[in-house]
Amino acid sequence: MNIKLKIWRQKNAKAKGKFEDYTLDDVSPEMSFLEMLDALNTKLIEEGGDPVAYDHDCREGICGCCSLYINGNPHGPGEKTTTCELHMRSFKDGQTLIVEPWRAKSFPVIKDLIVDRNAFDKIIVAGGFISVDAGSAPDSNSILAKKENADEAINSASCIGCGACVAACKNASAMLFVSAKISQLALLPQGKVEAMDRVNAMVARMDELGFGNCTNTYACEAECPKGIKITNIARMNREFFAAKVVG
Amino acid sequence: MVTLNSKIPEGPLAEKWSKYKSSMKLVNPANKKKLDIILVGTGLAGASAASSLGELGYNVKVFCFQDTPRRAHSVAAQGGINAAKNYKNDGDSVYRLFYDMIKGGDYRAREANVYRAAEVSNATIDQLTAQGVPFAREYGGTLDNRSFGGVQVSRTFYAKGQTGQQCILGAYSGLSRQVKNGTVKMFSRREMLELIIVDGKARGIITRNLITGEIERHSGHAVVLATGGYGTIYYLSTLAVNSNASAAWTAYKKGAFWGNPSFIQIHPSSIPVLNDYQAKLTLMSESLRNDGRVWAPKKKGDKRPANDIPEEERDYYLERRYPAYGNLVPRDVGSRAAKERCDAGYGVGDTGLAVNLDFKDAIAKQGKEAIEEKYGNLFEMYEKITGINPYEEPMRIYPAGHYTMGGLWVDYELMTTIPGLFAIGESNFSDHGANRLGASSLMQCSGDGYFIIPNTIGNYLADEIRTPKIPTDTHEFEEAEKAVKSKIEKLLSVNGRQTVTSFHKRLGKILWDYSGMTRNEEGLKKGLVLVDELEKEFWKDVKVPGTADELNQELEKAGRVADFFELAKLIITDGLNRRESCGAHFREESKTETGEAKRDDKNYSYVSVWEYKGKDKPPELHKEELNYEYVEVKVRDYK
Ligand SMILES: Cc1cc2nc3c(=O)[nH]c(=O)nc-3n(C[C@H](O)[C@H](O)[C@H](O)COP(=O)(O)OP(=O)(O)OC[C@H]3O[C@@H](n4cnc5c(N)ncnc54)[C@H](O)[C@@H]3O)c2cc1C
Ligand code: FES
Repeated sequence: MNIKLKIWRQKNAKAKGKFEDYTLDDVSPEMSFLEMLDALNTKLIEEGGDPVAYDHDCREGICGCCSLYINGNPHGPGEKTTTCELHMRSFKDGQTLIVEPWRAKSFPVIKDLIVDRNAFDKIIVAGGFISVDAGSAPDSNSILAKKENADEAINSASCIGCGACVAACKNASAMLFVSAKISQLALLPQGKVEAMDRVNAMVARMDELGFGNCTNTYACEAECPKGIKITNIARMNREFFAAKVVG
Repeated sequence: MVTLNSKIPEGPLAEKWSKYKSSMKLVNPANKKKLDIILVGTGLAGASAASSLGELGYNVKVFCFQDTPRRAHSVAAQGGINAAKNYKNDGDSVYRLFYDMIKGGDYRAREANVYRAAEVSNATIDQLTAQGVPFAREYGGTLDNRSFGGVQVSRTFYAKGQTGQQCILGAYSGLSRQVKNGTVKMFSRREMLELIIVDGKARGIITRNLITGEIERHSGHAVVLATGGYGTIYYLSTLAVNSNASAAWTAYKKGAFWGNPSFIQIHPSSIPVLNDYQAKLTLMSESLRNDGRVWAPKKKGDKRPANDIPEEERDYYLERRYPAYGNLVPRDVGSRAAKERCDAGYGVGDTGLAVNLDFKDAIAKQGKEAIEEKYGNLFEMYEKITGINPYEEPMRIYPAGHYTMGGLWVDYELMTTIPGLFAIGESNFSDHGANRLGASSLMQCSGDGYFIIPNTIGNYLADEIRTPKIPTDTHEFEEAEKAVKSKIEKLLSVNGRQTVTSFHKRLGKILWDYSGMTRNEEGLKKGLVLVDELEKEFWKDVKVPGTADELNQELEKAGRVADFFELAKLIITDGLNRRESCGAHFREESKTETGEAKRDDKNYSYVSVWEYKGKDKPPELHKEELNYEYVEVKVRDYK
């Protein structure tokens, strides 16, 4: 396959970025998208150029490192697929691909396709945990949890923190990410004790960090590589409202 | 000369840990606040340690090279985590878990450490559950279990096929809570490049800020490494591509001994190598073999699609050779059996380097939904990569580099031979002997982090309460910083023609061919020469673009690969020394008539512990003799 690439190049956080054009011949449809970028980088290095920087690690859709728009879609065209799981067989010979870093105020670009997603950590630090010290936990089977709830909790907990939801949202809202954590912990008996404080603290931090509001466009759900459902947001809103009422 | 003291507490096996805890030295809460701990790594071992050490009140500075602690490679563990809860009432116990690990490790692990790992496993599951890890449940609301290879009980807790992700998110939430409490300070996108030793004690590290390239100094009263495994030395492996050995390697070069470097686990079921631009191999969890059956065609070179091969022409070779354990034989055994079939010409697929993992019977019996519930995400992953639907066609699998049993040598306190330097999780050599059993790494990592290091580090730090903050403007930091900068300079200045990755690939191939699933004297010797030559070529012809003071991923890789060359030689040297087969280390010269590994307990019942002696000098071998007081050392038999 022949692939034409328009890739965002930006030397560092302060520099001005711009798109550069590249062409790659001999792309095999069996290559993953990142292997295609590896091939481009090999070529760039051998020609004395500067390789494209992008985040990646596990290359199997679980660490949440990889984070690119391909032709405007976070993680490209595949459904429930991270960039690293995407294969070139999803594209046509001769196609042009526009590759950019996440665009969101709360995720500033560090270099080329790499952005700073520390804002997510800060939201978790605000309250995305259960306060239990090692040594004080009761026997696991002394806290029974309904199977349906446990199953739903794990669906929410499948979030990989990649930020595609923020990248997909026209308001750059982090509601899907935040609500997935809140739902996971609210669905389990052990998370109930702190539920109200948690939702208040996390939502407040999210707002402080400059993430936008949710206006129910469903773009986040459509682009989430892990299929996190928008019903999590509804649950978070209920929790938030309940906390306010009690509050 | 350093004498190896494993510091195993006196007394009966089952009482050692409680005895140790009741007699160890303590640090009172006020003093804990004055003590700084450097902790490198935020995988399940590092994050759980950060969480526990922070709870105790120490000042913990935590480092990882990813952009956030939650992405450490533990996140990719799929199948599960063991504990001796005996929730299934199937005869499990701490002793049995201990026994299975000792036997699974082919009698090359230290009894006392393994027993303790089994002992703390139950509290670990409780801690993870309490932190909100959504382990799979039964309809009555209790936790569910499944089976893993090499054992006959069901003791594995799981969260679909994403147990590692769920466990690490639990530990990461504990770490985050300590960030909020102010005990933990997180430094992400930092790479540790040097260890600082002051008056013989570990006192700090040098890191490179991966965004700005800045070289930074960090000091502490103790240093804990939780830097994970280095299976990536094979280039293609099931690990995250950035996993590496450099932090542990710099400790080795500063005097920490390395245990059992040649013990590297090759996992039997990974998606096979598909092409030569592939950057990694994806694991298909061992848990799949609870329901999947492994087979190869009975006819040599049978290229028919799997579904066209009738039942009577299929060779379920694991069930045939190992009726007692069947598809759930341990990994070393499973890998070699697959290699044997493929080498003999019975492999499937274009390359002939694959066998089938078939769910047909399980789907017929339990229904597609039941299988989907248990393994849905793994099936999806398989289909995304190969384009083949495993509900309809068997998966194709082949062994791949996976887990490093070897690592920094540690004593019972998880301290290396450098006072004040500890190693936990996969980065140490401690609990798995010559072969690790499934679901026991997450168990070890979290046990080390939540329950062991918080105790043992106190015993060391109790003598440090009068030591003021360690200054960073000393000549030790100066020298170490210089060394780091000069290595970086050197890498950038070669300015040759070949990429770092191309060297890494070639190194991986040499190791795979000569120090992989099977090894022999001649091959190992040849491998050693080839690695040496390649290393020389690297330093003459590698091309590292860019500069030192910017985000430079090629430079990061180059440093790691440069260390891999040196480590590869140690791995091979160890393999050459150990003229026996045990666990994952299979010397072709030492096998039984039926082709199984043949140990030589008379001559090799020891941990090989290597000491760095300087550049271009051979390392020195020390031996930690292994004494088995509580298990009878037997031929490991899974038939
Ligand atoms: C695909 C796969 C599936 C697995 N499935 C299972 C399973 O089901 N059950 C099981 O028990 N085990 C499983 N394992 C094994 C298990 O996941 C690992 O052994 C374990 O997670 C290792 O954890 P760790 O905390 O020691 O290291 P890691 O999770 O690898 O973390 C290493 C940390 O160290 C940091 N680091 C490393 N070097 C440096 C440096 N120089 N400077 C700064 N930071 C550094 C990294 O950033 C990272 O934070 C699996 C392994 C793989 C590869
Ligand atoms: S690289 Fe880990 S999710 Fe893509």
